[in-house]
Amino acid sequence: MPDTFIKIATVTVGGAGANSIEFTSIPSTYTDLCVKVSTRQTGSNIDNNTTISFNGSTSGFSTKAIYGTGSSAGSFTAGVSTESHIGYSPGANATSNTFANIEVYIPNYTGSTNKSISADGVAESNTTSVDSMLAAGLWSNTSAITSIKITDYQGSYNFVQYSTATLYGISKS
Amino acid sequence: MADTKIIVNCETGEVQELELTVEEVAQREADAAAYAAQKAQEDADKQAKADAKAAIATRLGLSADDLATLLG
Repeated sequence: MPDTFIKIATVTVGGAGANSIEFTSIPSTYTDLCVKVSTRQTGSNIDNNTTISFNGSTSGFSTKAIYGTGSSAGSFTAGVSTESHIGYSPGANATSNTFANIEVYIPNYTGSTNKSISADGVAESNTTSVDSMLAAGLWSNTSAITSIKITDYQGSYNFVQYSTATLYGISKS
Repeated sequence: MADTKIIVNCETGEVQELELTVEEVAQREADAAAYAAQKAQEDADKQAKADAKAAIATRLGLSADDLATLLG
């Protein structure tokens, strides 16, 4: 269990929206990182894939995930290697003013091995059909993680106002 | 209005809202195209699987309800 769970930084999207949220110059003084995301996107779907990437890289990412929609369940392996999936965010056709709850855990982010992540989230649409996801991601890169980018998978959408992302550092004794 | 990105510097606490660069816009468009291609392939695979099931059911003289009961 972590001995500390320290908030490093937090951001709330303003009225203009944002295509991505990026944490840079992440200190190397922690053991693990955790990102908690509450987002809604401009896409027309009820929910839209939300993704993470590190250090400005657009290669070496993979994801295997299971999901539930309220009426069915399934799994997928991501078809692209530019980012890892972390969950779904409500879109324009979701219940108004609902946001996602997504948590991403990144162990050993300064280590010299490939970086694994785990993520869980739900789109919180307040309807019978709403997507949840459990995802296992891998960044096949041995560099220490110094920046984290949260964005939309489809590439065309923005995060709406009041979406938030908070980065925590965890230290283990 | 140009699309923006939010950058939070964890050392200084500075928050910047910047317009996307040309390269980022290009990457974004490439991501969208890749997603569209992946989605089209997934949809085609699902349809092919459904068609194959329906063909087997027809050969066996099973209705859609019979098939659902068997596979349920």
